Amino acid sequence: MRDNRIKKSSPQAPSGGNSAHERKPRASIAIADVVSAIQQRRLWLRLGWNDILQRYRRSVLGPLWLTVSMAIMIVSLGLLYAQLFQIPVDDFLPYLCVGFVVWGYFSSFLIEAGSLFVASESYIKQIRLPYVLYVCRATWSKLIIFAHNFVIYLGVVAYFQSWPGLPALLALPGLLLLTLNGALSTLLIGMISARFRDIPQVIGSLVQILFFITPIMWKPDVLKERMFIAEWNPFYHLLQVVREPLLGEVPPAATYVVVATITLVNFVAVGLFFARYRERISYWV
Amino acid sequence: MHATIERLVMDNVSVSFPIYSMGSRSLKKGLLYRGSRGRIASDANDRLVVEALRNVSLRFSVGDRVALVGANGAGKTTLLRVMAGIYEPVSGMVRASGRISPMFDIGLGIDPELSGLENIRLRGLLLGLRPDEIERLIPEIADFTELADYLELPARTYSTGMLMRLTFAAATCFAPEILLMDEWILAGDAAFLSKAERRLEAFVENASVLVLASHNEQICRTWCSKAIWLDSGQVKAVGAIDEVLNAYRDAVTSR
Repeated sequence: MRDNRIKKSSPQAPSGGNSAHERKPRASIAIADVVSAIQQRRLWLRLGWNDILQRYRRSVLGPLWLTVSMAIMIVSLGLLYAQLFQIPVDDFLPYLCVGFVVWGYFSSFLIEAGSLFVASESYIKQIRLPYVLYVCRATWSKLIIFAHNFVIYLGVVAYFQSWPGLPALLALPGLLLLTLNGALSTLLIGMISARFRDIPQVIGSLVQILFFITPIMWKPDVLKERMFIAEWNPFYHLLQVVREPLLGEVPPAATYVVVATITLVNFVAVGLFFARYRERISYWV
Repeated sequence: MHATIERLVMDNVSVSFPIYSMGSRSLKKGLLYRGSRGRIASDANDRLVVEALRNVSLRFSVGDRVALVGANGAGKTTLLRVMAGIYEPVSGMVRASGRISPMFDIGLGIDPELSGLENIRLRGLLLGLRPDEIERLIPEIADFTELADYLELPARTYSTGMLMRLTFAAATCFAPEILLMDEWILAGDAAFLSKAERRLEAFVENASVLVLASHNEQICRTWCSKAIWLDSGQVKAVGAIDEVLNAYRDAVTSR
């Protein structure tokens, strides 16, 4: 991945042909990309919404189909695993439900990242739009689906009468952090996938493994002295900042420190990568 | 002598497409096919690249009407895409002042499930218009398409001709500054044709710069006063339309 730029073999441009003084620095072009994506929010709000409409047009339940199938999965797995782990259902099912819904939201950023730019080839080749706009569009439609799935959580909480109370408000900043990390990851994976078409498959299997090693279907306390398996898993902490508040718990400060660090690293790494390779995206797709 | 106002400047622009050797990339074949007229070279990493444009320097000023001619694969579309900012050149510089309006695919973003009106709004957003500008333009577009109540129905219920009217009207609803066209737009059925032609003429005349890539000599001569002849990714000639077109035709017939 390192030197991906094509060096010109023409004699007029011996040193890669980049006369830096003539071009704006890459960082400022990347920032301009973000700013112009924000300015064109109406476009991506519309496109993201259309993506949802298009997928479920003329089906009666629409995106609620996802919700229904997820609800069935959560209830059946919840009942089964509560038995297997010998945990009371009213404790385990809400836990599993929030974990599932939140993980489903976050993992879609990773799984669908492969098509982020590739599927928009016709747009990228015909019209100049900020690349971040495609990220915003994808994020927006995932958020809409998340909102649909959130209904399951409300149903479960209502059924078990386990209202989380005030801590639930902390889920909002948590969701914001999770979304930001998801959007950054989707941008990174989307770019790499445009160049290397095998990446989406790799990501697909990785996400499957992550699903099993991250405490979603099981509680971290079953790890006992092997807690490090959860502690060193960044996805566990990302999950926790949304899950804990929704279950009525205030996440420990340490969790926020970890998540803030992850976000910062993610932001800087993806930012640098984007600034460096942004101009190659139209060549890659 | 008026001072010429430069709207679009290209300095020593080169563009090359890497050919990724992983066989699964469908793009590879497309590029090889399309770009076969460009020189095939290898880059510093010993990777095969098609040099689609080589050291192209061009200047376009207010009032310029420029035809882009050349064989298939000479780099016309690539050049237009570089002008539109879609491909950022590997080396060299492109500078533009004013809004650039590429008209490569006027059907882009047409969603068959959306109503005609919604499609016009979406198209307007794609063109970079503000929502209030779009709402102001809608009556005029609706009137031009003659689709009346059909505009409330999903675009998938339209006939081909109706869809063409819709895309055409929506694509030509604004005032372009720097207009880039890859082939002249064909404007629908016979009944609609003269009306559409008048609209297109007014639309193109509005632009302060027109760059038109076309294989149709007649259209080039009608609309352009200058021409650029591209050959294997390089500018072979720039000048008055008749000069360049005649030289180009001579070269083609003597081949």
